[in-house]
Amino acid sequence: MNESLLRELVPAVIGLLLRRGADFAAAEDAVQDALVEAVRVWPDSPPQDPKGWLVTVAWRKFLDAARADSSRRHREVRVEGEPMPGPGEAADDTLRLYFLCAHPSLTPASAVALTLRAVGGLTTRQIARAYLVPEATMAQRISRAKRTVSGAQFNQPGNVATVLRVLYLVFNEGYSGDVDLVAEAIRLTRQLAARTKHEEVAGLLALMLLHHARRPARTGPDGRLVPLAEQDRSRWNTRLIAEGVDVLQKALTRDRLGEFQAQAAIAALHADAQAAEETDWVQIVEWYDELVRLTDSPVARLNRAVAVGEADGPRAGLAALAELDPALPRHTAAAAYLHERDGDPVTAARLYAEAARSASNLPERDHLTRQAARLNAQLRS
Amino acid sequence: MAKYLLLKHYRGAPAPVNDVPMEQWTPEELSAHVQYMLDFAARLEGTGEFVDTQALSPEGTFVRYDGEGRPPVTDGPFAETKDLIAGWMVIDVETYERALELAGELSAAPGAGGKPIHEWLEVRPFLAEPPTVTE
Repeated sequence: MNESLLRELVPAVIGLLLRRGADFAAAEDAVQDALVEAVRVWPDSPPQDPKGWLVTVAWRKFLDAARADSSRRHREVRVEGEPMPGPGEAADDTLRLYFLCAHPSLTPASAVALTLRAVGGLTTRQIARAYLVPEATMAQRISRAKRTVSGAQFNQPGNVATVLRVLYLVFNEGYSGDVDLVAEAIRLTRQLAARTKHEEVAGLLALMLLHHARRPARTGPDGRLVPLAEQDRSRWNTRLIAEGVDVLQKALTRDRLGEFQAQAAIAALHADAQAAEETDWVQIVEWYDELVRLTDSPVARLNRAVAVGEADGPRAGLAALAELDPALPRHTAAAAYLHERDGDPVTAARLYAEAARSASNLPERDHLTRQAARLNAQLRS
Repeated sequence: MAKYLLLKHYRGAPAPVNDVPMEQWTPEELSAHVQYMLDFAARLEGTGEFVDTQALSPEGTFVRYDGEGRPPVTDGPFAETKDLIAGWMVIDVETYERALELAGELSAAPGAGGKPIHEWLEVRPFLAEPPTVTE
């Protein structure tokens, strides 16, 4: 059994312990301990029933910890002997755990860390490395998060929107380390989509698949960013695109549009174009209109202005951009691009250099600097 | 989350309010200052926001390439160099406002007379990884 199959069992096992009366923090610790033992023991003696094995071992770890804790505090052990079988459908436990780990009382970063550990089954060390912080810091972030949700009712219906925001954050801000957080976000969203018919869950899954499909083409051999228009589309993963489009179409037929479905629809239209010139920008602008209507997000308005520039010409794009706050991230970069398309390389070169100085990440800064350098070289010759 | 560098200067920052050189503090004031810094770092670890803290020696050397097959040229230290870094703390926080709040607290570390130094700290955002979704 490989590690990710083992990790798939984690939320259901935690859920079972919760229904047997364990509190969340203790249940989660006990299951992590059981995982460590599974990794040690299973290669030599694989269990017949992996989930049953994990439940038994995790429950024992939980009881041991509870006894040690109560003897430290000179109190009686309240949970005794053989566990009571819990009521209800076990399949719901996983779903409830998603809701608990994305509880609205948590900050986004705490919800992300807790979800990766309790739903994803990752170790604190793996999560710490992925987010480039010390293990002790991440351990504290997770245990604070557990304390925050300890009073929350496990059986209460949760908020799908907060779960989706957490999964989107894991996907969109997937850093480095030995864990591929982008792939992990897709795994967790797939698992969620298998348990709920919510159309925005499908929308987010489609969005992830369609963007992930472009990953091989997004960076050049030297690590540089390759913008969408210049990507080698033969390197896009057609299997992921087909799956993403299929998931999206099924969601759209339910006629309950949400922001993730709208974003996925835009990604699907890009995926549909064999070459950048064949992109259906008119339809993309319509989807951005939907997205702006749904979210009223300044970022959506900015992206819409760029799409308008493609659909109706750079002047129209610049006019749309002029209505937005110039302090928006990537506003200057968008203006530079539209000015170049409008035949004004002098202004474009100046704006690209300005955008590079305010870029929030290194590959983007390098890309914008290269754009400015390219135009400046053209202007000199 | 975003990472920020809280940069402490030996030289180059505007003068603090409580501007008495450390060597003129009492030993108790020095101990109180050190304890404040330790407590601050421990507290940030507790909130899951601590990444790193380091202090630098004020003595540095400038080094540059001097051509093929030649050893690097060294120079300095330059007493006239305007900017001199004393050390830093790296934090991982939810918002820019939180980074400013923490820098403000760090700047309140006690100095002479047990009163806050009101030292100027420089807050610099790290460049992050690019997002996955770009349109």
